[in-house]
Amino acid sequence: MNIVPTRTFTQKYHVKTVVWLTLFILLVIGTAKMTGVDFIMFFANFGQFTALLQQMAKPDWQYTSLVVQPILETIQMALIGTTVGTLVAIPFSVLAARNIVKNKFLRGIIRFILNLVRTLPDLMLAALFVAIVGIGPVAGVFTLAIFSFGMISKLFYEAIETIDEGPLEALQAAGANKIQMVVFAVIPQVFNYFVSYFLYTFEINVRASTVLGYLGAGGIGVYLQRSLDQFAYGQTAIIILGILMVVLIIDGVSNTLRERLL
Amino acid sequence: MTEKPIIEFQHVSKTYQNGTIGLKDINLSIPQGQFLVVVGLSGAGKSTLMRTINRMHDISTGNIFVDGESIVHLEGKELRRLRRSIGMIFQNFNLVKRSSVQRNVLSGRVGYYSTWKSTLGLFSKEDKQKAIEALQRVGLGEKLYSRADELSGGQQQRVAIARAFMQDPKIVLADEPIASLDPLTTESVMDDLKRLNEEFHITVIVNLHSVSLARRFGDRIIGLRGGELVYDEPISKVTEKDLEAIYQPVSIVKKSEVQA
Repeated sequence: MNIVPTRTFTQKYHVKTVVWLTLFILLVIGTAKMTGVDFIMFFANFGQFTALLQQMAKPDWQYTSLVVQPILETIQMALIGTTVGTLVAIPFSVLAARNIVKNKFLRGIIRFILNLVRTLPDLMLAALFVAIVGIGPVAGVFTLAIFSFGMISKLFYEAIETIDEGPLEALQAAGANKIQMVVFAVIPQVFNYFVSYFLYTFEINVRASTVLGYLGAGGIGVYLQRSLDQFAYGQTAIIILGILMVVLIIDGVSNTLRERLL
Repeated sequence: MTEKPIIEFQHVSKTYQNGTIGLKDINLSIPQGQFLVVVGLSGAGKSTLMRTINRMHDISTGNIFVDGESIVHLEGKELRRLRRSIGMIFQNFNLVKRSSVQRNVLSGRVGYYSTWKSTLGLFSKEDKQKAIEALQRVGLGEKLYSRADELSGGQQQRVAIARAFMQDPKIVLADEPIASLDPLTTESVMDDLKRLNEEFHITVIVNLHSVSLARRFGDRIIGLRGGELVYDEPISKVTEKDLEAIYQPVSIVKKSEVQA
């Protein structure tokens, strides 16, 4: 009875894997055809790109002092927006987690709201808030807060759903109410995820706020748009370098914190 | 054994939604201060029986009294009040691994605090002192500020016992408390439970697989098989042979009963 069975044809030649891979490749080629992606044109006109790069390779260093202030403004916008979004996201993510809220109906409503918020494009939100509160960083903060809220609440509730449920049971058996269960058994288990997702969102918001500037929502984006409009690519280079610095710093802080918290 | 019962089961049955029978017409009276050991095969209903006492499981029919009061219809605040008076020990300890030992022990006390006070961690001086004493009682005073996942399995289970002790429980339920421990730590965990029973007159109910431990620590042993109470004797009358019978696969036992 102790004989190794022979593999079937399907198992031996990995038929399933081959079929799926072929399908996937066909799908990519097909969609490229339909959307009209033309690689030949891309490479033929590559010179345009290098020309732009050459111009940007001579950064206009004198512009640096002018850029510091708006970059700081961008960071401030991102920080306030992310913080506000996160604070609102925490209760929502708890209510959306399958292992905390057993009531399907309530959870469904909360998740629907979250899906709705995530569907709203941030550019549309920015345009909306510029119309409401006027041109300036305040519109950017509101936009980023809502954008962060949508993203963070999804990341958070997925983190909450992965926790060890033993401590929840223990707290419940000790006579804790729902809020006490969340505070004592859930939050400590997901806290490091929360910090890490907060920083991740913060980084995304710094980059997103450059685009928001196009719509007049304040920050470095306003300067980016101006430099591009004036074909002042030396200035563009400085702005991009500045944003890169900020992103690198956030990434470094995020890594250090995560290591310490784990 | 003439003391008034602290827990009483009257014709308790439990059928799960998928039709599985958890408990079948259980009648059981447990006096205050008893050390009761429940034995039986996995799936015999030991955990279910235990969890009906603090209403972590609801029953289908029958009635359960704790301290003379029916508990089957308790809700909200009253249910939490019942649970707070019943400590529970789990096979997997169920500590919050990333929290300190102190916070884990104190979390046994939250049933006595308002939501906002406990949320902000505003535990009274007395309770913090009580947590230290509870920890010292299980020999782990020096671990107060360690993170729970730095402790060994046996130490974690003893922290869980300290947490249960914080509840000022009248009853402690221990669901296979030693199933994931080595023989040496098993000893100390069982000793800790026995001390709660003897020093504080706490009623202790333990689910066990080990027949020898059951005989050493229990005042009384009950056996479950297929959700039915098939054995109930004080420790003085328990024989090795009885216990072996409880652990027979159901089919064999049925046959031998017919022959007898």
